Amino acid sequence: MASLEFGPVWLSLQLATVTVVVLLIIGTPLAWWLAFTQSRFKPCIEALVALPLILPPTVLGFYLLILLGPAGAIGRFWVQLTDTALTFSFSGLVIASVIYSFPFTVQPLQNAFESVGRGPLEAAATLGAKPLDSFFSVASPMAVRGYITAIVLGFAHTLGEFGVVLMVGGNIPGATRVVSIAIYEHVETLSYGQAHILSAGLLIFSFTVLFSVYAFNRRLPLNRV
Amino acid sequence: MTALTTNLSLSFQGFSLQISDSIKLNGITALFGPSGAGKTTLLRIIAGLEDSSIGHLALGDEVWQDNERGIFIPPYERRIGYVFQDGRLFSHLSVEKNLIFSRKRAREQSKPAHLVKMGEVIESLELQSLLPRNPDSLSGGERQRVAMGRALLNSPQVLLLDEPLSALDLRRKAEIIPYIERLAADFRIPVLYVTHNVEEVARLASTMVLLADGRIAAMGGTAEVLERVELWSLTGRLEAGAVLQAKVGMTKSGMTSLNVEGESLRIPAIDAPPETLVRLRVQAKEVALSTQRPQHLSIRNVLSTTILRIDVDETVFAEILLDVGGQHLRSRVTREAVEELELEEGQRIFALIKSVSFEGRLLS
Repeated sequence: MASLEFGPVWLSLQLATVTVVVLLIIGTPLAWWLAFTQSRFKPCIEALVALPLILPPTVLGFYLLILLGPAGAIGRFWVQLTDTALTFSFSGLVIASVIYSFPFTVQPLQNAFESVGRGPLEAAATLGAKPLDSFFSVASPMAVRGYITAIVLGFAHTLGEFGVVLMVGGNIPGATRVVSIAIYEHVETLSYGQAHILSAGLLIFSFTVLFSVYAFNRRLPLNRV
Repeated sequence: MTALTTNLSLSFQGFSLQISDSIKLNGITALFGPSGAGKTTLLRIIAGLEDSSIGHLALGDEVWQDNERGIFIPPYERRIGYVFQDGRLFSHLSVEKNLIFSRKRAREQSKPAHLVKMGEVIESLELQSLLPRNPDSLSGGERQRVAMGRALLNSPQVLLLDEPLSALDLRRKAEIIPYIERLAADFRIPVLYVTHNVEEVARLASTMVLLADGRIAAMGGTAEVLERVELWSLTGRLEAGAVLQAKVGMTKSGMTSLNVEGESLRIPAIDAPPETLVRLRVQAKEVALSTQRPQHLSIRNVLSTTILRIDVDETVFAEILLDVGGQHLRSRVTREAVEELELEEGQRIFALIKSVSFEGRLLS
């Protein structure tokens, strides 16, 4: 029984890990830009980043389905490139998860960079540190709490998503059947025992993760979450 | 000696800065002026931290900024050491690692032999016991000492200090000042020192640049600039007075003899070996005048002087500018006294000095 259930758990962990890595790669430069820019487009970009916080997952899922589907702009390009469809695939889930969890990574990073401020960066520049050097040897270590929050929240939030996954990924064992979908199916088929195991597992895991972050980051408020 | 040539302008929300002078850098040069005069802005432009400035800026023959030729050397390629008001130490690194951060990035142009050495900085600024500490645990004075050490270890061509003492209380200020004096002397790096405190200027700087409303109002030897009556509305916070250079003589029974242009002064013992040049400040109200060499008087310090100028202001007082073998002294007496003693320019007169304050060693 337990071995049967390991598939969705493993898939969820994989999805969350890949999503967080992609989020950090895209989110860090964006958060940096948002923290230091004086551009008048900043509020507009901030609003876009925050959208997944308030949109129903179905709205997001619906548009993503259209966009990523074989007839959609991105989906068609993907088909030409790889000869496979994005929808109902692991890659499609990653794209959907990245968008869905975007604010959970970008906002803590932006807050952290803002609280580091220009001061230490100017000091580093006068000491001969080039911008990339300053970023890695001064800004990042000083923003480490922001990174931890961003990673944990991005990871946990991806693990817990349901609506977007269902719409974009469906329920294909081994490809898109993540924990939350598996729970849904168990309840549908009245397999409450299975649903209990997965649900309790997810509950305990989420609590443990959040508890660790709050305990570790006492001084850093997890605002906007 | 290096010179900083400038032809710069910057406008920002109603404030405008317009500087087109050559500033000679030797020893400690004070950049002095009231708040809002643009001192810090000018220092930041020199460091390359204000990219909205327009014009030309060069240190010696190294051009740092020239908008016409599209040149802007970023701060990390200018060989500067910048000490910020609040130190800006990196809180994620220990004091020692802060110093190493700077030492590792000392600009490549300097030959290894010319690089400022870690041991010398630690010794000069007495940082040894602070090395393992975290910057957040340091007192304000300690933090500024570390910040100065960190800036020095970058082997800069010029050290830019932005009001490094402004966040400190009086006692801590007094603790730090000797370090700043020593640093300029030990490492032979010119210092540009921003301050709005005229006492610090008189104490530390041999030359000064007076900044007002984003423009250079005066520039020159500290003593001369502080003496100029027409600048008093800007420099006024210094109790009117004069700065004298003197050579240290013998110290005996708690008193040190000083030689001012052949005239002798005796002051309570100071800690300086014979032949050292020192700076003294004499407030105008501490100088009385006599047409004859006085006798039977408790005042021991009498200098033979010549009246250079008599300035009468709206009050009942007059300021008398005196010459002592080429140096200047200032006396504040009543206008009544000027009339009764029939003082006039060119007249020989004896200056009776009630008290002298020792400002520090002269950096040559």
